[in-house]
Amino acid sequence: MKALRNYLDKIKPNFEKGGKHEKWLSVFESFETFLYVLGDTAPKKGAHIRDAVDLKRVMSVVVIALIPTLLFGMWNVGDNYYQSIGQTDVNLWQSFGYGFIKVIPLVLVSYIAGLGTEFVFVYIKGHEIEEGFLVSGLLIPLIVPVDVPLWMLALATIFSVIFGKEVFGGTGMNVVNPALLTRAFLFFAYPAKMSGDTIWISELSKGEGIVDGFSGATPLANAAAGSLDKLPSTMDMFLGFMPGSIGETSALAILIGAAILLFTGVGSWKIMLSVFIGGITMGLLLNLFATDTNPYMALPWYHHLLLGGFAFGAVFMATDPVTAAQTEKGKWIYGFLIGFIAILVRVLNPAYPEGMMMAILLLNVFSPLIDHYVIQGNIKKRLKRAKAL
Amino acid sequence: MSTKTLKLLSDPLNLNNPITVQVLGICSALAVTVKLEPAVVMSLSVLFVLAFANVIISLLRNTIPSRIRIIVQLVVIAALVIIVDQVLKAYSYEVSKQLSVFVGLIITNCILMGRLEAFALGNKPWPSFLDGVGNAAGYSIILIIVAFFRELFGSGSIWGIQIIPDSFYDFGYVNNGLMILPPMALIIVAIIIWVQRSKTRELIETN
Repeated sequence: MKALRNYLDKIKPNFEKGGKHEKWLSVFESFETFLYVLGDTAPKKGAHIRDAVDLKRVMSVVVIALIPTLLFGMWNVGDNYYQSIGQTDVNLWQSFGYGFIKVIPLVLVSYIAGLGTEFVFVYIKGHEIEEGFLVSGLLIPLIVPVDVPLWMLALATIFSVIFGKEVFGGTGMNVVNPALLTRAFLFFAYPAKMSGDTIWISELSKGEGIVDGFSGATPLANAAAGSLDKLPSTMDMFLGFMPGSIGETSALAILIGAAILLFTGVGSWKIMLSVFIGGITMGLLLNLFATDTNPYMALPWYHHLLLGGFAFGAVFMATDPVTAAQTEKGKWIYGFLIGFIAILVRVLNPAYPEGMMMAILLLNVFSPLIDHYVIQGNIKKRLKRAKAL
Repeated sequence: MSTKTLKLLSDPLNLNNPITVQVLGICSALAVTVKLEPAVVMSLSVLFVLAFANVIISLLRNTIPSRIRIIVQLVVIAALVIIVDQVLKAYSYEVSKQLSVFVGLIITNCILMGRLEAFALGNKPWPSFLDGVGNAAGYSIILIIVAFFRELFGSGSIWGIQIIPDSFYDFGYVNNGLMILPPMALIIVAIIIWVQRSKTRELIETN
């Protein structure tokens, strides 16, 4: 480690004013601060909080929290594939290896496209590179189907980094979650590759060597079609043995991530909890009004929480500190509405089998409004109290 | 032509563009720009209506009581729009069907009312005519640029002729479905505004 520090110190003069690579200072600084916390975060005198945790360290925690879902997703990709071609005698490592080979290119493309775009903007504007993409870059591959073509993923990532983030002023200024914007772009631009029954399992759309009668439909698609008998068991749903976007299937892996986020204080427990409460409320409401014509409405509420991207969205997407509501009361409203609307879209809108993406994007846009009213309400309350005295 | 009259024509193309600077007439820019052909037809229709409405209002400007001027303007525009609509129905029925209500909605296009109120009511017929042509041209340029990109990437063609070769599709290229949807028109207009502002010093706000 000492050698790395020495090396950085040695090459640093090249990037400072008057050095050979003056223009690359911002890029150099980003790498340096990623590797080391510099000591000059706050002056020694005065009432400042001095803490080594900066934005890069916070982002790293989220990346760590995503690892369980990533690893499980890789295994699940392989497992689904071997099931679809009827091979049952594969061990854990074979499945994982297959998934690893399929998923790693997605991760690489997402990082290269996204960071590349950010570097271009850093170079043009000359400001320091922002670390927001550390997390987005890993979130993006986790919320797409495994078979999505790489060029589409790259295009969508570039689009969302430019129009979701850079035009608003970069990390911390974005209105909507860049990772979800990537998915929304893919969903609307290339619907054939983002929805349907054949895209969730690797190689299934080619249709070679598939077991007769094998269906790659996700549980959500089955539920939307009204065939509730085809759903996996609740335990399978919880553990994630079903087709779906790479990182979203296993509620267990997501819960591990949630525990890491909550333990380190990076994610807001209020948002997570209220998303689930919102989902449960809507699930129960629909149960009350369930009719024979729409069996989907009778789906038990706990299934809703385990299916599709609900848990993943609640833990990793809704809690994004930039796009979520900032006020404490606002967080409850924001989270509740996400869960509520997600299930509403899921069950009652036949065009979209999954509503989580739409619900979070919608509430991202509304969160400043929620904050505004919470703050105004507070001001009014305090004015009243002041007048009463 | 003096520089002043020339300015009437050139200003709306860049510095005072009705869409990118004044942000008027956005609704039709979203609706008719999926393909290039309807966009061009729409542009020509607006050109005709705006130029002649400007002239007519300008001729009448001293006789219109100011309390009922809006209704007079609407009557003039509506009459011209109906002429355009009937001509389109007679001579290019297919395009007229694609444009559907949007030809009729020229009546409510903010650019028209804006020019009539702001220019034709206070100027002589000839400058009013030039102003109408200039503004319609400014509107058309943006419409055509947007339609060009939306058709190219959304349908892979220009003016209905396939541009992107079949080999691309065999290789896995897919037309971008988002381009067909209205939000993309807004994003393309936004990109045009972005490029225009970064190139034109006068448009950059100082604060």
